[in-house]
Order: sequence, then structure tokens, then C-alpha cells
Amino acid sequence: MSYWFRNDNRLPQERLAAASYVIVGMIALLLLGFWKLQVIDSDKYGQLAERNRVRSIPIIAPRGRMLDRDGRVLVDNYPSFSVLLLRDDSAAVDKNLPAIADGLGLSLDDLKEQLNNTINLPKFQPIVIKPEATPADVAFIESHRADVPLLEMLMVHRRRYLPGGFMSHASGYVGEVSEQQIEASNGRLRPGDFAGKSGLERQYNDLLMGTDGMRRVVVNSVGKEMKEMRLSQQEAIPGKQIQLTIDYDLQEVAEKALADKKGAIVALDPRSGEILAFVSRPAPDPNDFAVRVSKEEWQRLNEDEDRPLLNRVTQAQLAPGSVFKIVMATAMLESKVPAENFTAFCPGSATFYGRQFKCWVYGKGGHGVVNLHAAIVHSCDVFFYNVGMRMGIDRISKYAKMLGLGSKTGIDLPSEEPGLVPSEEWVQRVFHHKWYPGSTISVAIGQGAVTVTPLQIAYAIGGIASGGVFKQPHLLKDAARVGEMHVDLAEDTVEQVTQGMYGVVNEGGTGGAIKLQGIEFCGKSGSAQIMSNTERNRLGKGLSQNKDNAWFVGYAPRRNPEIVVTVLVEGGEHGAGTSGPIVRDIVKAYYDKKEKKNQGQATTALRKDELGNSENRGTPESGKAAVKPEESAAVLSTSEKKKARP
Amino acid sequence: MRDAPGTRDYDWWLVAILAAICALGVIEIYSATHGSALAGMHLKQIRWLVVGVVLMFALSRVDYHVIMDQAPILYIIGIAALLAVLLVGHTRFGAKRWIPVMGEFLQVSELVKLIIIIVLARFFAEVRTDELSLQDLIKAGLIVGLPLALILKQPDLGTALVLMPMLVVGAFLAGLQWKHAAAIVLIGVLMLPAGWHFLKPYQKERVTSFLHPEEDAKGSGYQVLQSKIAVGSGGFWGKGFGNGSQNQLGYIPVRYSDFIMSAWAEEQGFKGVLLALGLYMALLLRLVQNAQRAKDRAGMFLVMGVAAALGFHVLVNVAMVIGAMPVTGIPLPLMSYGGSATLFVFLAIGLVMNVRLRRFVN
Repeated sequence: MSYWFRNDNRLPQERLAAASYVIVGMIALLLLGFWKLQVIDSDKYGQLAERNRVRSIPIIAPRGRMLDRDGRVLVDNYPSFSVLLLRDDSAAVDKNLPAIADGLGLSLDDLKEQLNNTINLPKFQPIVIKPEATPADVAFIESHRADVPLLEMLMVHRRRYLPGGFMSHASGYVGEVSEQQIEASNGRLRPGDFAGKSGLERQYNDLLMGTDGMRRVVVNSVGKEMKEMRLSQQEAIPGKQIQLTIDYDLQEVAEKALADKKGAIVALDPRSGEILAFVSRPAPDPNDFAVRVSKEEWQRLNEDEDRPLLNRVTQAQLAPGSVFKIVMATAMLESKVPAENFTAFCPGSATFYGRQFKCWVYGKGGHGVVNLHAAIVHSCDVFFYNVGMRMGIDRISKYAKMLGLGSKTGIDLPSEEPGLVPSEEWVQRVFHHKWYPGSTISVAIGQGAVTVTPLQIAYAIGGIASGGVFKQPHLLKDAARVGEMHVDLAEDTVEQVTQGMYGVVNEGGTGGAIKLQGIEFCGKSGSAQIMSNTERNRLGKGLSQNKDNAWFVGYAPRRNPEIVVTVLVEGGEHGAGTSGPIVRDIVKAYYDKKEKKNQGQATTALRKDELGNSENRGTPESGKAAVKPEESAAVLSTSEKKKARP
Repeated sequence: MRDAPGTRDYDWWLVAILAAICALGVIEIYSATHGSALAGMHLKQIRWLVVGVVLMFALSRVDYHVIMDQAPILYIIGIAALLAVLLVGHTRFGAKRWIPVMGEFLQVSELVKLIIIIVLARFFAEVRTDELSLQDLIKAGLIVGLPLALILKQPDLGTALVLMPMLVVGAFLAGLQWKHAAAIVLIGVLMLPAGWHFLKPYQKERVTSFLHPEEDAKGSGYQVLQSKIAVGSGGFWGKGFGNGSQNQLGYIPVRYSDFIMSAWAEEQGFKGVLLALGLYMALLLRLVQNAQRAKDRAGMFLVMGVAAALGFHVLVNVAMVIGAMPVTGIPLPLMSYGGSATLFVFLAIGLVMNVRLRRFVN
């Protein structure tokens, strides 16, 4: 052994002591660091750990269903899966976005745009990036949980509407909420949520929409859900089911009757304001919007010349044509201008203010001397020209407005249109000139500036025939408060006007071909020109667009009716010929069903007696709410056959 | 040879402190891995501990003068091993650090740490002046510089850095002059930008993410953030054994090894940290005491070399866990899982025992 160390005992004790102090200082500093994290900032890190650990996944509340008045399902839900993107970790999102877009078959640009749109939302809130996941998407998500731990599946409820646009203008449709809706909702709505966009879906969105719940799951660092660790979950509160006043059977008849025609049908019970059938055609199929409507499809629907998105029952503002004569007759009897026994001679046309106005029978002779009754029954234009001239536009306007025209009926649907009842003041305000007296002549037969919606016609006629009681039309069966308007109509006025409308159908009037055996079926036709005769001649006659709109409003029984039906067929030409039979079929279907129900009740009562069953079953339809619409429709058509030839 | 010392001369307090630290480590390794694919790791760690204890006692029996006598040969062996690992070493986690020994992979650089402690102690023991001359300082720097460069080449910045405190502490105790110290610090600061140039991209990333953790949410910035979340969410009392969500759900990176302090702090809270750091402080102070009582300067340098290495490990590792230093991959002595690192610590303590056993012998 070499002696390199030579027992050198001089130890640097001072420097060793210094080393001890360094050690103590070092440990103290480290402890200080822990103190800061574990005691001072403990809450903050506790929350971060919790956010790491717990992932909140919404449980989507199902929307309430829509039932018809007998409890049959009109609008339902079906389960489907949405793909959620978890955005807590923006770096990971950016990195994985191309892979996600590729795996789910989405456009990367769209995805980026969507992320940008939701940049202001809290990061822990996931967003829906694909509403209807395919089995391939599900497989992609499951197989890439480890390397792309950003996707989650969400069970949602999609809306299912009856096919073919059945009742779609009444039901409306749901869609992803817009930014405005989110802002207006006070935090109730989030991007990707579905809410009513139109129709009843929008009107009663608050009722139909439930409150989403929240499932809290523990996830490990690679995003795997730890199933064995259970956390409390907040259950979803389903939306409320709403019962409509719609009668599926009548709706079905109405839908079939209008079929491919462009127009509208509304049937209501004027005693309550309940709407029994509501059809507007053409109608988009809201099932196409239940997921997500593409921009192209939406553009196509908006630019379609047939305007399928227009709810013709409440939004088509058209000249009523001769249907307006009922308003004129009521106004004449109420104002006594001219007097009740006023008669006019109709040679087929008449001249007012130096201009010839034709009656619809022009060229086929004339109506001769007509009084009010005959004028309604045969829809004599000349008679009403004379009445109109004597009344003047402001009196016409006053009574038309009194009877509900020119303003919204207040139906429980969004975006109802008011129509237009012209007056001197209106012309002055809008066109800045004086009223031309000649215009009054056109308005007297429902042409010119006057426009109405099909709903207003049903509302007005129903109100008149009910003796001046106008019930607010509505679609919700349990409407909390139904508006009611009372118009002071003389008994004689109601009697004479309803007799006139009875005559239209039953005394060989314009609706003579659509009589119903055993039913006091009344009505009034209207064939409204879209443009003046001269204009039409200039453009050429054959154009379907220029064809007259066919109106028919019918109701039964004659006084205090149970059902009023307005049918509008755009370009249908002849009110009585085209629309009249549709009204008749619906009224007939109504009575057939009523009769069947009465019989059914009789048999139920009988059975009850036989079985000694004390339970009150009610009507068979409401007794079995789950009857499939198709089934009862089948029942209806057989009974129809049976009764077709009495 | 001098008389063989008896069992009473061992530092049993030191053994007790070591045993306590090892116990904390085993407990936390178990907690961190029992529910995962790594289950059973604590048993492997116990095996390493047993081997380590045996080696420790074995090494303590050989007079440290005898060992230090072989310093030049040990140095050559160490350099050769580092060269060998660069040539034929086993690559794991992107770095050539391992060579297979008896079915296990051993990190050569751990062995080199031990050798450098011995070589430096020998070198400083031979310095006879009270003040360390510049010449000797540069010599010591060169002794450390060669292996340091080779370790950096693996690359293993962490282990390379551990060599530095050995040099610093050794030089300090050998009578480092303040003017030299100031000059070195000055040069170091000036060299910093140049040194940056030599860092590997992942090392640069670690440093930048340490300085700007928010820019690197998934890389080492993420690791540190998750570690801090674990530590902070533990609070004063901790979440309890096996109950740390950051630990159990795998948010803490390598929670059984480099970040074991994070897992411990989450589950045991500040009180647990107090215990653990208290034990480390006791360990280090005990080492210094042994140095103070060493029979000669050679023994003192040996013990303080060990203290410098262990103290640096504790400092860098624990500071990393709380986000106060960049991620360097330096394990926490005796708590972190790891064969080579555990064996290094026990062998180093073996040297300390060695010195202690011979303190009264002349």
C-alpha cells in the first residue's frame, strides 16, 4: 500500500458545519415549497385534481311527445348517439383534430369552424361534433380511446314525426339551437342542444324540453372510464308530453284530400276554438331536419317556388274571393246599409264609376233580380257590388275587422300573419293617395287589396255562425286560457246569413253538388283571382300560376256549429268544385266518427252492464291511448265504405 | 491491516434512518402500482434493497484506504465502462445507459458516480495545502470532466449533473478560494448560452417547459403540472394510502420512480412530506457528522462525496416534483423504484460505514 494519505487529520470543521447549515436550509426551502402547494394553494389543486378525475357527460332529457286529442302519438322520440368532443385539453384537441375528422368522416374545416364558434364556452363543456353516429363511428371511438381520448358518446333522443310531412306545419320541427336562442335562454341552452324551431315545437318548447341531467364518471389519465368508481349523477327531467286538439282521423282525411295540391286546410270546433285538422301543402318532412339539415337542402327549401316552408294556414295572405260575401252580408244586415230587403238586378255585369264589373256568370246570362239570400246562394257579384258601393270602404273595413279579419287570430303558433283589410286611412298611409271608390267594388267580392289567411276564414265564419262568439283557435288541448271575442250580432243577422250558407249547399247554390245526407252542412265557395282579368289576358290564360285560388268554407250544423272547415287550393280554380268536396269529406268524416263513437259508447255501456263493470271507461279511443294511427285509419275507411251509399 | 471493527461500531442510527426511508418507498411503490399492470413492483424493490444491504455491509468491511488505493484503476475501469456502454450499450427510453448484468440491466453511470466519489476523495486527500490551488482545482475539474462528457453523450443529463456537486463540495472542503469560486461562477454564467447549444432537443424542451409550463401542456410541462396537482390536492393531511386520484388514475408520470414523492405527497399530505424530508435531513446531517468524525481527510472526503451526491439527488428530485426545477430524471434515493440507483446508494453508504468503522483506529 502506498502512503498517499499519511494520516492527515486536519479536517475543515468550519466548512463541514457550513455544509450542515446548507442541508438544513435546503430541506427548509423544499418544505416551504410543499407548504405553498399543500396548504396555501391546496383548494385550487384539489379542484384541478377533481377536474382531472371527473368527467361530466350530459344525460339528454327526452322531449315531450305530442299526442292527438284521443291520445294517439303524433310526434315521438327515438334513441340515437351523438359524438362529443371533450375540449379540456386544447393542445390535444389541435393535435388530434385531423385524425378525428378523418375517423368520423367530417370535414376538417367545418370542425375547426365549429370549435372556433364555441371558443367562448367553458373548456370542460364538451361539444357535439356529429349528431348521428354510425356503427363505424362507434367502432372508431371505442378503438381509439387510448390514443385519441377526446371523444365520448352521448345518448340522445331524436324527434320522430309521422312520415310524408304529416301535420308538419303544425308540429314544426326541432333543430340545433342558434346563437340567438342560446343567448336568450339564460344558460338553459348550450350549443348542440335541440330546440323547437317552428310550429308547436317552438311555441311550446319550454314545456316540451326537459332539463338535461349530468353523469359524472371517473376517468384515468388515458381517458378510460373507471366503471367501478361510481359518482352521484343528476338525472334528466324529461320534457312534458302535450296533448293536441288535432284529431288524427280528420287530419288523415285532410292530408289525403289535399295530397299533392298546393293549399291549406284547417278544421276547428268554433264552440271551443280547438283545431281538429291543420294541413298546409306542400310540406317538408321534418324528419329530414331531425338530425341536421344541410345548407343545400335548406337553400333548396327556401328558394322553392312552391314555398314549402310557408305555413299556408296561418301565413298565406290571399284574396278571399266570394267567401268574403259572408262578411259583406253580415255587415249589410248589421249596418242596415243598404236595407235588409235590398235587391239588385244582375244582367251579368254592372258599371260603376264608368267601369264595367263582371259577375261570375258573365257571358252565360245573369242572376236577374236577387235579394241577399239569393245573392249568397248563387254568389251574385253584382248584388254585392251594389252593396259595397252603398256601404263604402270604411264601413266594410269596420265590419271585416270586427269579424276578426285583418288581425291575428291568436292561434298558438309562431309567426301568424294578420292579412289585410283595406281602408281609406290605410291607402293614405301606405300609398299616399286617396281611396279610389272603384276599389271598393272589388273589395266587396273579396278581391282587390283585401287578404285573409285560411285560419281567419274558419275563425270568422265559425264566429258568425255561433252568433258572434269567437273562440281563439288553439292546438293545445289543455290550453290554460282560451281567448274569447264577443261580437254583438243581431239574431236576425245570424239567421239570415246562416240560411244563406245553408242554401249554398242545400238549395242548389254554388255548392249544390256537395250536399250531405242528414247533416245541416252549410258553406260558401270562393274563386279568388290572383290578378285582374286584364292582367291575366296579357300574360296568357293557361299559366297555372295565374289560375284562381279555390276557397271553400263549410260547417255544420247550421247554427252553433261543431265544426268549421276552410279549404284553400291554390290554382284550384273553382271553389265549390275543387275545395268544396274536400270540406264535405272532412265534415262527413267528423260525423262518421261521432256516430261511431256514440255507437261505441252504447256498446261499451252494454258490455259494462253485462259484466257488471263499475269502472267508467270513457270513450274507446281515449281508453286505449296507444292505438296506432294506422289501425284506426283502417277502421275509419271501412266504415266510410259502409256509409258511402246509404 | 488494522484491527477489524466490531458490529457496535456501525452507525445504527444511519441504518435506522435508511430503513425508514426505504419503508416509505416500498409503501408508496405498492400504493402506486398495486392496481395496475405493474403490480408486484414493491417486491422487486425489496429484493434490490436486500441486495443493497448485503453489498453495503460487504463494502464496509474492506478498509477504504485499500479501496482508495485503487482509485486510478477504478477510474480507468469507469471510463472504459462508459465507453463500452456508448458502443454496445442497451438503449432504453431513447438513451444508451444500460448494460446487462446477471439478467438485469444496470446503469453504468450509477457505478461511475461511486467511482468518481472515490477518485475525487483520493485526489483531494492528496492535496496538502489548506488552500486549494488553481492548478489542483483544474486537475479536479478534468478528472470529473471526462466521465461527465461521456455520460452527457449517452445522453443522461441528470447523472452528469450529479458529478458536479461532488466536485463542488470536494473543492469547497479542500479549501476552495473565494476568488476561484467567484471566477467559476462568472465563467459558468458566461458559458450558459454555449452550453445551451450542446443540449439535446428533449433537454432543451424540458428547460423551456420548466420556464414556460403553459406552452407545453402534454410534454414535461404536463408532467410537472400533474405532479403539482397531485402534491397540492393532497393538502395537509393527504388523501390516504391508496386514495390519491392523481396517483391511482395514472395522472402522475412514472409515479413509482422519479415522481414517487408526488404520489407520497398526494396520499400522505404535508405531514407525510414532513416525515420524508425530515428523514432525508437526518440522513444528510448524519453523513456530515460521520465526516466530522472521520479519522482522516481521505475518509472525510469520501463521506462528503456521498453526502453531496445524495443531497443533490434529494434536492433536484423533490424540487422537480413541486415544479421548482426542470425535469431531469434524477430519482429520489431509496424511495424511487430502481435497481441501479438503489445499489448505488447502498454502496455509497457502505463507504460511509467503512469510514465510520475505522474512526478510532490509527
